[in-house]
Parts: sequence; C-alpha cells; structure tokens
Amino acid sequence: MSQDRSGRPVRLFQNLNAKIASIPMVLTAVVVFVGGTAWTVLYSFTNSRLLPRFNFVGLDQYRRLWTTPRWHVAIENIFIYGVCTLVFSLVIGFVLAALLDQKIRFENTFRTIFLYPFALSFIVTGLVWQWVLNPTFGVQHVVRSLGWESFSFDPLYSQEIVIYGILIAGLWQGTGLVMCLMLAGLRGIDEDIWKAARVDGIPMWRTYLFIVIPMMRPVFVTTLVIIASGIVRVYDLVVAQTSGGPGIASEVPAKYVYDAMFLSQNLGQGFAASTMMLLSVVVVVVPWAYLEFGRRGRA
Amino acid sequence: MSGPAILSAAAGVEALALGAGGPQGPKPRRALSRRNVFVYGTLLVVAVYYLLPLYVMVVTSLKGMPEIRLGNVFSPPVEITFEPWARAWSSACTGLNCDGLSRGFWNSVRITVPSVVLSIAIASVNGYALANWRFKGAEIFFAILIVGAFIPYQVMLYPIVIILREIGLYGTLTGLVLVHSVFGMPILTLLFRNYFASIPEELFKAARVDGAGFWGIYVHIMLPMSLPIFVVAVILQITGIWNDFLFGVVYTKPDLYPMTVQLNNIVNATMGVKEYNVNMAATLITGLVPLVVYFVSGKLFVRGIAAGAVKG
Repeated sequence: MSQDRSGRPVRLFQNLNAKIASIPMVLTAVVVFVGGTAWTVLYSFTNSRLLPRFNFVGLDQYRRLWTTPRWHVAIENIFIYGVCTLVFSLVIGFVLAALLDQKIRFENTFRTIFLYPFALSFIVTGLVWQWVLNPTFGVQHVVRSLGWESFSFDPLYSQEIVIYGILIAGLWQGTGLVMCLMLAGLRGIDEDIWKAARVDGIPMWRTYLFIVIPMMRPVFVTTLVIIASGIVRVYDLVVAQTSGGPGIASEVPAKYVYDAMFLSQNLGQGFAASTMMLLSVVVVVVPWAYLEFGRRGRA
Repeated sequence: MSGPAILSAAAGVEALALGAGGPQGPKPRRALSRRNVFVYGTLLVVAVYYLLPLYVMVVTSLKGMPEIRLGNVFSPPVEITFEPWARAWSSACTGLNCDGLSRGFWNSVRITVPSVVLSIAIASVNGYALANWRFKGAEIFFAILIVGAFIPYQVMLYPIVIILREIGLYGTLTGLVLVHSVFGMPILTLLFRNYFASIPEELFKAARVDGAGFWGIYVHIMLPMSLPIFVVAVILQITGIWNDFLFGVVYTKPDLYPMTVQLNNIVNATMGVKEYNVNMAATLITGLVPLVVYFVSGKLFVRGIAAGAVKG
C-alpha cells in the first residue's frame, strides 16, 4: 500500500471495507438513478423508434406527445384520479383514524381489516373490483334484483366514468395506509391538549379542525408526498381492471410509456412521456424537500 | 345487527368497574350513547365494505359456473366445489399455455427468495457502513439514493434494459433479482442506517478497542442485535416483490413471468369463455402469500410500512 508524506495510507484506502460495502449503493445512485434518468431525458430529444439512436430532433417528440389524443386522455385521467385520491384518502383516512383513536374496543381488529388490502397487489385489487363491478353479476345486478330496475352503475364499461371505477379500487387498496399514518400522528398529540380544549368547552369537531389538524402538519405533508408519488406510478391497477378500456378511456401516463416503449416500438415517445412524468414528480417533491429539509437545516 | 350495542355495553361495564374505587377518571359514559352508536356503527359499516371484496373472492371461487350465471357475486355458494381452485392452479389458460398458475407461483418463489436475501444483505451492510463507518462523500450518494426513490420507474425502465442486455442478463430471473435489489435499496438502506445509528455507540467503540474490524463488528455485534429490523425488512420485501408486476413483465420472458403477470394473463385472456370462478380462485391464490405474511406478522407489518412511509 502506498504511503503519503504523513506516513499514513493514502486517503482512498482509509476505511476501505466501508467503501467496498457502499459500492452497490454508489453504483445504484450514480449509474441507475442519475445515469438512467439523464439517459432517458437525453434520448427523449431523439427520434429513436425500435432501438435507441442518437438522432437529435429537438422538441419534436414532445410536440407529438402533446398533440396525441391518447396522451390527453391519460393526463386528464391521472388528474381526476390524483385529485380524488388525494382528497378522499386523506379525508377517509383521517376520519377512520380519528374514530379508532376514541379509545374503542377491538381497535386492532378494525385496523387489521382496514389495512389488509394494502398487502394485496394492484393486480389482485384490480381483478377483484373488475368482478365486483361486473354489470351482469355484480353491484348493478344486485341492486336491480332488489327492485330498482332502472339502476345503472357500470363504471368499467362506460367511457365517461371508467376512471371512477378505478378510483374505487385504488381507494380500497390505499386508504388503510393513510389511516395508519394518521393514527400514528394522532397518537403523537399530547393528551393535555385534549384536556385543555375540553376545559375550555371547545366541541370535539372544532378541536380536531382547528387544533389537532394544524398540529399534524408534518404528518399530512409526508402522507401527501407518499400518496402523490404513488399516483404518478399507477399502472398495474389499470392494466388489471380495464386494460386501458373501454377504448382508450382509462389510459394513464405510465401505461402510455410502457405501450410506446415495448408494444409500438416508439421509444422516443416513451422517453418523452416518461420525462413528463418525471417533471410532475419534480414539481411535487422539490418544494416539499425544500420546505422539510431546508427548514430543518436552518433550525 | 346488535353488534355495536353489545360492544359498547361491554365498554360501559368496564368503565363502571374501573370507577369502583371512588369518583375518579372521566365521567362514565352511557353504553348506548349517541357517540358510541356513531363510532361503532361507522366503523362496522366501513369494515364490511373493506371485507366485501375478500368475501366475494372466496364465495365466487367455491361456486360452479351454472350457479354463478344464476346468482349474483354476493350470494353464498349452495354447492361448494374446489374444482376452480384445482383448475386455477394446474390447468387455467393464459393464451400461450395451459398449465395454470403453478408455473407463475414457482417463478415468483424463485424471484422473491433470492431478491429478498440479496437486497437485505446489500442494504444492511450498506446501512451499517453509513451509520458506523462514515467516509467522506457517503452522505451525498445516500441523498441521491433517497431522492431517486421518488423517480417514476418508467424513467429508468429502458436504461436498465440496456444495462441488463450489456451484461447478458436481460430476460433472465437473475436480471430481475438484480432489478429488485436495486429498487429495494433506498428504503432498506434508510431502514438499516437509522436502526444501526440508534444502537449505543459505546458498544461499537468497545468492540473496536477489542480489535474487531468492519466485518467482525457487523457479524458479532450488529447482526445479533437487529433481528427485529431484519424481520421488518423481510416482510416489506416479500410483499413488495411478490406483488410486483411492472418489472416482471419488462425484464423476463413469458415462460419466466412471475405470478402477478401470469394471473393477469389468465383473467384478461381474450379467448374462450370467461370462467369467473377459476379467475377468482387464481386471484385469491396469488393474493394468499402477502395476506398470510400480513396476518401472521401483525404489528411488524405496520412497523414496516410506517418505516416505508418515512422514506422521504
């Protein structure tokens, strides 16, 4: 081993085992995460089709992407799905957590029931709900046979509301997680706050709305980021439940990317679409990271 | 249903028993107060809604096709048959072959077991290095790793195809195992780093004074002390990898498809008559592994996802 002037081993070899142990992390971070992302962004400016070729065409792929009706449908869907998922899973998750926090009996049983769908894959979730929402045998059929003959609820076969059919399944799968996070947040609230509010005669719902929820801001922000980064990735659920149908009514960006890359040999489009997905994540994550870690750094 | 009434009555009895030592504690609540009816009523209704799909899966998978055509998805089976389960396991068709889910099941086992072992081995040693053997620059790579966890997979999908093709592993199970290890790394490394950092430093220093090195301390001190976090990591990885669909469909060939992909191909096959009972049996079988892990692990699963949740 070579020695430097101070008589100690060269700095590169200090702590050598730890550096060897970190090789997989360094490779993953540099090659896959940074390198892969940079590569995809770079090649989104080319006209690669079956194979990636560096033939620079500027913003052509993006222009084509934003004039493709299928992409418009995908964006509209992910927007509706995203907003509804955020609102409903936060509200339902919080209400369930608040109910479970009332020192009730069988809390564990209820929590187990609300959380078990989260253990299931999106494929299983999508297929079960495809069956439950089947118009010939499922919910619609049951309600009709109860006497309401004109009842119509077939989200998976109707272009206008198909995304809400997927939303129902998505909420079923993911709300348990939100509830768990919220419950952890509620348990972190000091008991004295509740006592003080009760002494002051503040009704319970006002205590929640104006005292507890503002105190849980960090939990809400973390939950928001988790839900949001999950929304962008929605893929398997759609594939299992509707395969993007009827027609192209339930397309989502992740599916557009996959189809462009691996089915229609249109790599450039896939790269451009995935870069747009990346952009949407950056818009969510960067302000959050700035708020969370920037603040902590200053404190 | 009188469920909520019974529950809240029991709660009231307990409250009375507790208050027997004199007037202390909160005001005892009436068992059938509006509040209790509301709380338990809401929870029960929601619980039924959450359990319904599982119930539908089970009853549908136990019915024969004629019974399904006559009834609805919620009606319990009149004649219980296990034939759909047998067919789903060994002879359901995907459009390519007709050997059922069993092939996908064994593929999933061959994917999940090495992926769980490899990803946890890498991440635990790595987290240990980050917590106890800090070197210059380590935190930067770690920060990249954590931020990278938020990048949509679609962005890195094709570059990884190229990398795997270059090293000759594209379309093999080994390649898929590598991919799972790579994408499991951010959360697992964070998990282990935080856990090892919470172990008292005196232990580490004492071991160093006694002459133990990097691997010695890891094997003799850290490993025995961190069984719980390993269990959490195993739960997290088994459910995550078993439930994966995207990587399976991108990085393997049809005869190596994991169970989720095969399940989707069976149920959404466009050819032939739809056999809903076989489909639901297949769906249930695929969901069974993570469900068993979930119900057996209980609180540890919650810890696992809570750990996964703080990955920011």
